[in-house]
Amino acid sequence: MKILVCASNVPDTTTKITFTNNNTQFNTNGVQFILNPYDEIALSRAIELTDGGKGTVTVINVGEVSTEATIRKALAIGATDAVRVNAKPHDAWYVAYQIAQYVKANPFDLILTGRESIDYNGSKVAGMLGELLDLPSVSIIKKLDAADSEATVEREIEGGKEILTIPYPFVAGTAEGVAEPKIPNMRGIMSARTKPLTVVEPVDVKNFSEIISYETPAPRGQVTLVAAADTAKLVELLHTEARVI
Amino acid sequence: MSVLIYAENAGGTFKKSIFEAVSYAKAIANQNNTDLIAISIGNVSADELASLGKYGAKKVLNVSGDKLKNFVNQAYASIIAEAAKKESADIVVLSNTFSGRGLAPRLGVKLEAGVADGAVALPEQNGGKFTVKKTAFSGKAFAVVELSSANKVIALVPNSYKVVETGSSAQVEDFTTEAKESDFKAIIKDIVRSTDKVSLPDAEIVVSAGRGLKGPENWGMIEELADLLGAATACSKPVSDAGWRPHSEHVGQTGIAVSPNLYIAIGISGAIQHLAGISSSKVIVVINKDPEAPFFKVADYGIVGDAFEVVPQLIAAVKAYKASA
Ligand SMILES: Cc1cc2nc3c(=O)[nH]c(=O)nc-3n(C[C@H](O)[C@H](O)[C@H](O)COP(=O)(O)OP(=O)(O)OC[C@H]3O[C@@H](n4cnc5c(N)ncnc54)[C@H](O)[C@@H]3O)c2cc1C
Ligand SMILES: Nc1ncnc2c1ncn2[C@@H]1O[C@H](COP(=O)(O)O)[C@@H](O)[C@H]1O
Repeated sequence: MKILVCASNVPDTTTKITFTNNNTQFNTNGVQFILNPYDEIALSRAIELTDGGKGTVTVINVGEVSTEATIRKALAIGATDAVRVNAKPHDAWYVAYQIAQYVKANPFDLILTGRESIDYNGSKVAGMLGELLDLPSVSIIKKLDAADSEATVEREIEGGKEILTIPYPFVAGTAEGVAEPKIPNMRGIMSARTKPLTVVEPVDVKNFSEIISYETPAPRGQVTLVAAADTAKLVELLHTEARVI
Repeated sequence: MSVLIYAENAGGTFKKSIFEAVSYAKAIANQNNTDLIAISIGNVSADELASLGKYGAKKVLNVSGDKLKNFVNQAYASIIAEAAKKESADIVVLSNTFSGRGLAPRLGVKLEAGVADGAVALPEQNGGKFTVKKTAFSGKAFAVVELSSANKVIALVPNSYKVVETGSSAQVEDFTTEAKESDFKAIIKDIVRSTDKVSLPDAEIVVSAGRGLKGPENWGMIEELADLLGAATACSKPVSDAGWRPHSEHVGQTGIAVSPNLYIAIGISGAIQHLAGISSSKVIVVINKDPEAPFFKVADYGIVGDAFEVVPQLIAAVKAYKASA
């Protein structure tokens, strides 16, 4: 089985988010970038599914040369090889278009993305890839079992889950539950340096959206403390002052 | 031109998040002096469909049939795109539900539309510029995105726009289109719903607990408090990682982002990754035995105390309040 894992390079989860240039740019100063946690889950499941010579796992990233540390991490975790589309990822549509272009020339049985990137949280790349390649897509899956010609996946729905079977090839966005994230070992780290990383140039894409500015959530006021023995007071405040119960 | 709203049903009825999305779409239609058309796919009664008129839909396109009874991402996207073309809708609105998130990107590609997922406010339209505020960085910030394409797709976050009743009843019309055979490759084998519980993404009140609760056997009081308040239960990441609670309850940067009216955090320290997913809650209550817990910095109300003493008392206080109300 040939699996493609889409990997994005995102700010570490501990990052305090700030902006520069009059709130028009994300301030990357001092920010550590990591492999998107959901993509790590996708990659880990892909490696499990191909373990023991049952297939290959290719990682693809749309990014500039600075993302190569993240790509090498994915190789260290156990991907077979990697592709970098040499471009700044303008938005999900741009990213999906570039990846679709690559997949048209290099078909895969299964294409995995994370459920969302933790920077722009669009949950868009999986569905857009599905549409561009005319393949089924499932945006958020919690479980993925692979048989010979089809896979069984569990999709989250409000207040429950849905179980689907889908024939290959298809696209799926993975969430927690699909796999435990794998940690690279020494051998993986050593071999990552020599695994193939192909750089391809982007194609031109029409531009439909643009982030023009950012805002941070309004700061909250001072906390009102209530004595532990006085829970009735808290209930009263929630009713009369906050008006939420 | 018109605005099209996809009214997703849950087992044949519409939920509040859909009334919010219809109200929101109606406000956009008003901005553009045009009509709001709704589309429903699945088996929904004529009365339920007509009720969308209350929130401003002028007409409801009804697509039914056994094959379409349950959500099939590809087929639903094809049908909604067809309807958008037929109604010359240049703006398609969805609710940012699990299914909405599957549809929005596919619609974006079909309609060559810019997609604003995770919208939290009405679009602003100034001098030909169309901008929408959306969540970013997992709730740590918002981004204002400009959609420059002729067609636009917007997915509204539940609980971020008020339900507004303006109209009466909508005219319901059957809509049929031929969905392609290849749109039905994914086959639903089973749907499992835990009907007795409030679902987390829809909840107006969330009772959430963390590692401070020591073990899964102590969740009884959390569930009792949640039941009393008509709330959903949630947890921090280590709690679901340890298998004390299901992953579907994990909120935060790498879990579900929620924006309830009231978020009650019990025995949760308030790590930055946890706060990311809950920071747009309207009111936050924190119960923690450590007065220095970072969660108090973002709380509106707080109790410094032992959860095992405070929560049973809070349950009693809520019961007393309900008895007197
Ligand atoms: C990549 C990454 C992603 C992450 N994503 C998330 C995420 O999405 N969501 C998330 O929640 N976390 C996430 N985390 C984990 C996060 O950093 C914290 O470790 C986690 O939120 C802590 O959970 P907690 O508050 O339940 O536990 P703890 O930090 O152990 O806090 C327990 C709290 O309970 C209090 N307490 C103890 N006993 C009592 C008692 N009897 N009564 C009252 N209070 C008591 C303590 O004072 C303490 O404040 C992530 C971490 C990483 C590295
Ligand atoms: N620049 C990128 N390169 C490769 N894959 C990406 C990129 N950005 C996003 N993705 C993939 O798309 C998923 C969803 O991203 P998003 O639609 O931005 O939430 C991520 O989890 C990745 O798997």
